[in-house]
Amino acid sequence: MSFGQDGAEGVLRLEGITKRFGALVANDGISLTLHRGEVLALLGENGAGKTTLMNILFGHYVADQGSVSVFGQPLPPGQPKAALAAGVGMVHQHFTLAEQMSVLDNITLGTQSLWRLGLGQGAARARVAQLSRDFGLAVDPMARVADLSVGERQRVEILKALYRDARILILDEPTAVLTPQEAEALFQTLRLATARGLSVIFISHKLHEVMGHSDTCVVLRHGRVVGQVATRDTDRARLAAMMVGGDLAEASVAPGVAGPVRLSLRGVQAGPLRDVTLDLRGGQITGLAGVSGNGQAALADLIGGMRAPERGEMRIEGQAVTAWTPRAALAAGVGRIPEDRHKTGTVGDFSLAENAVLETYASRFARGGFVDWAAVRRHTEALISGYDVRCPGPEARIRLLSGGNMQKLILGRVLEEAPGILIANQPVRGLDVGAIAYVHAQLVAARDAGAAVLLISEDLDEVMGLSDEIHVISEGRLSPGFARGSLGPAQIGLWMAGQGFSDGGADAA
Amino acid sequence: MRLEPVAQPGLARQIGFPALALLATLGVGMILAAIAGADPFAVLGQIVIGAVGSRLALLETLNRATPLIFTGLAIAVAFRAKLWNIGAEAQLYAGAIVTVALGTGVLGGPVVLPISALAAMLAGALVLLGPVLLKVRLGVDEVVTTLLFNFIMALFVSYLLEGPMKDPMGMGWPKSPALIPEARLPRMAEGLRLHWGFGLALISAVGVWVIQTRTTLGFEMRAVGANLRAARFAGMPVTSVLIKTALLSGGLAALAGWAQVAGVKGHLSADLSPGFGYTGIIVAMLALLHPLGVVVSALFVAGVFVGADAMSRAAGVPTYIADMLLAAALLFMVLALALTRVRVVRG
Amino acid sequence: MIEILLSASFWAAVLRIASPLIFATMGALICERAGVLNLGIEGIMVIGAFVGWMAVYLGLPLWGGVAVAFAAGAAIGLLHGILVVPFGLSQHVVGLGITLLATATAYFAYRLALPQVTTPPKIEPFQPWEVPLLSDLPLVGQALFAQTPLTYAAFACAGLVAFVLYRTPLGLALRAVGENPAAVEAQGVSVTGLRLGAVMVGSGLMAVGGSFLTLSAFSSFFFEMVNGRGWVCIALVVFGAWRPGKAVLGALLFAGFDALQIRLQQTPVGAVVPYQLFLMLPYVLSILALVVMSRRAQVPAALMVPYAKGER
Repeated sequence: MSFGQDGAEGVLRLEGITKRFGALVANDGISLTLHRGEVLALLGENGAGKTTLMNILFGHYVADQGSVSVFGQPLPPGQPKAALAAGVGMVHQHFTLAEQMSVLDNITLGTQSLWRLGLGQGAARARVAQLSRDFGLAVDPMARVADLSVGERQRVEILKALYRDARILILDEPTAVLTPQEAEALFQTLRLATARGLSVIFISHKLHEVMGHSDTCVVLRHGRVVGQVATRDTDRARLAAMMVGGDLAEASVAPGVAGPVRLSLRGVQAGPLRDVTLDLRGGQITGLAGVSGNGQAALADLIGGMRAPERGEMRIEGQAVTAWTPRAALAAGVGRIPEDRHKTGTVGDFSLAENAVLETYASRFARGGFVDWAAVRRHTEALISGYDVRCPGPEARIRLLSGGNMQKLILGRVLEEAPGILIANQPVRGLDVGAIAYVHAQLVAARDAGAAVLLISEDLDEVMGLSDEIHVISEGRLSPGFARGSLGPAQIGLWMAGQGFSDGGADAA
Repeated sequence: MRLEPVAQPGLARQIGFPALALLATLGVGMILAAIAGADPFAVLGQIVIGAVGSRLALLETLNRATPLIFTGLAIAVAFRAKLWNIGAEAQLYAGAIVTVALGTGVLGGPVVLPISALAAMLAGALVLLGPVLLKVRLGVDEVVTTLLFNFIMALFVSYLLEGPMKDPMGMGWPKSPALIPEARLPRMAEGLRLHWGFGLALISAVGVWVIQTRTTLGFEMRAVGANLRAARFAGMPVTSVLIKTALLSGGLAALAGWAQVAGVKGHLSADLSPGFGYTGIIVAMLALLHPLGVVVSALFVAGVFVGADAMSRAAGVPTYIADMLLAAALLFMVLALALTRVRVVRG
Repeated sequence: MIEILLSASFWAAVLRIASPLIFATMGALICERAGVLNLGIEGIMVIGAFVGWMAVYLGLPLWGGVAVAFAAGAAIGLLHGILVVPFGLSQHVVGLGITLLATATAYFAYRLALPQVTTPPKIEPFQPWEVPLLSDLPLVGQALFAQTPLTYAAFACAGLVAFVLYRTPLGLALRAVGENPAAVEAQGVSVTGLRLGAVMVGSGLMAVGGSFLTLSAFSSFFFEMVNGRGWVCIALVVFGAWRPGKAVLGALLFAGFDALQIRLQQTPVGAVVPYQLFLMLPYVLSILALVVMSRRAQVPAALMVPYAKGER
């Protein structure tokens, strides 16, 4: 590792970056310096301001205060084009690829004058092939992006940056969508890049990655830099303490008391799901681990009534289900906390009250086709106080609420119906630490009240911390269940990559 | 320059921008009048006087507003559920055809009016049902299909008027025979040139408002329109909601045709509607899709048309100034609504 | 029936009827490929028909009329674009509003310019231009190569659109912005600029399609002369699966039926079947085309989705 001759200036320098969204200060006077050949990890909880900072650097947002300079030159704010020209390449958490177009089209998009006649793809293709070899990024340049796996798409994103001669690579939570093995390959690529003099910033909240693959750590909390250390001078415990602002109390959840099987799937096929067999028991949290896009959404849809089994058998409380719809699921006592609370869980232009009865207006609050709005209002007020929803009142539009408060209302809407089965799909994504603790406590309380809880999360630590029993999902197949703590991360990682458990959930290798 | 959302628009924004939109429309009208070589203020004055300046003018405005309330409601109901019914014109004619079919002697006595109203609604509903079934079953965009139905229906009306429904006494004019007296809508008061269609339009507006705000169906219609995915996830019967919305919307539009035939013309002709179905879009949008607002905006729009007719006779400015003003008002209004929720910031 | 299909005049009519549809369909296709549904099309065609004709009536050469029509269309396109791209307003509502505004503007201006006339004055329209040698070919010569220059231009325009879309960096960016605007933004190209440009050029072509009616087909301007052609073009874009080549085929097919129904009206069939039924055919066909293609076509993923910077 060498920091080259870039001196104190560094290749990239942020000074005093401040960005407010209304009352929220997302970035508060952030300064940092990146040196040549360095891997800098930007570490922080959800909502600490990491992504906002990178969006400012790349010109998607304009900072209220502060400046960015690249190779000693100030970067004009708000212009992705300027950032690209200065040699900054960004790999977003959500890929920015046109799916129906080829890999090569995506890479060359915007790299030549729009007014040129002809595409000149031959030379571009050779150049992409060369870059693929140099940086260990295997991908077919003529393939359609829609046909690529998530890992391959990420390689396309990196190739996009390299094709433009990026000298600085910024990756936003690059491993969130990868298996541990794919993540290892990614870090190999990053090592090849730094060996050629590129510099890297990667954003993460996973301590082991940061410890294993960075030279410097910058820790953000509540929009501020709370620590900058050389990775070799620190350890996981100290980083964790900086992240959460105190000593990390390892969340300890007492094990649940397993009750009767409330939901069982036998050899179910539905969409991407293949031959899924699963029992959800009352009094237990069953965790579902896996890389996103491996069938989690389909399983949540299946149990939640959005998708019917195509083959196999699904029983609830021992009764085989027929004519499976969301309404049937609700009537059978299935409570659903959806993955996307804005797009699926709520109607943004509706009031809290209207959102509170979205699932129960007909079954509980209607008389002869008319809605009893007085009863709805009373119910909503009870939810607001019972679940600590901070809001102007039941008539306020729900889109004005923070993510945490929105999620609390959804939680209340679901839990007030005392569901026998509860599906929580990514229940804490994007929430702050306080709201996360609240949601987790409520899930455990529901479990203790006898509900069978299915917790779906891409965050392995969350699944391991809360679940009594854990399954891994990969390419639509479910691994056999195992008790918390009985398998190590290496084994789980292999399973997440689809290795080691065969068709039908037979015994693990 | 970029746009940033305003979380909680203040009252000033909420009233200020729509008010600006109306002012801008007024400005456009004055510029147009000036281009036409007339005195802008005089033209505006003549439009106002022509619309509400006399008992006769006022009654004409109310009469003209009647079909617009119906088509405006039809479109407000559909758009609220994000069902893009642009075919109110076709549904209107469907209602008119049925009214003539039943009102020229097939039925008699006091039942003919209510029966023809219900049958007209049914016909309008069926006309919209086709495109909506194509939408929910096959994913065919309803904007184009409902639009194309307008042209098909116009040709069908032309065929009827030259064939099966031709008035043998029509002296060659393409029109249908006249309704029997029992099939005509009575006037709302003795000596008042205003038929009961207007009263029924007002009652319909209240009815739609009650449905939207008080019933489970209305709740479902609003939810489906505001967030289809969330509505489906919450277990709402989306397809059936869309079909019910279509039936209500098509039925309301057909009542416009019924009211025009039974209340005003007394027969069917190809010029029964000077685009009431399209103007209904403007009425509904200016009312922000609120059913009671539709009444107000229909009166406004009718007033502009009636006033512009009178002004044109006096000042020689083409009547199409009314269409331009209303189209401009529509665009200004949607822009104003957007501006209440975003602000333009530098950088 | 057979005689009709074998006559040169039938095929000449097909190309003639298809020409305005091709211009306007290409315009709509460009807009939709960039992610903007332009329901202003019907009104923009009316404006194009009117201003092109008026410009020539006032003394401009015919091609000058076409240029004026394009410019007027582009100007209205800019209005539509500003409302739906940076402001992200409902493309349905704005499009219909533009159609109402543009139509009313054309009628208002017409009445202002010619207050009293009952029959509009005629202009000297484009004359057929026989392509040397090719027009002497038996049958096909008179069918395909004795058209007005504007018809040749329509086909050239379709070829040009296809070339730009698939063979240039601009076309690549245009297709990408209708697919995933964030991908374009991330590569440093302005989403707003691309979309505004596409809507302006597309609207210009729609207006040229309208001007074909007055400058090449009918030689004067009538109210309601566009008569739903714009909506048909929106259907043709879907029928063509957002591809220029297939859309041209769709326009030809459509024009074929239209030319056929006019001729069938003069046959014994036409004496029995009411002529309105024939006139309905084009609209019914458009609906059928939508139904047939609805399941198969690859809709641009970002069609009708407004884009705000930094959003993904």
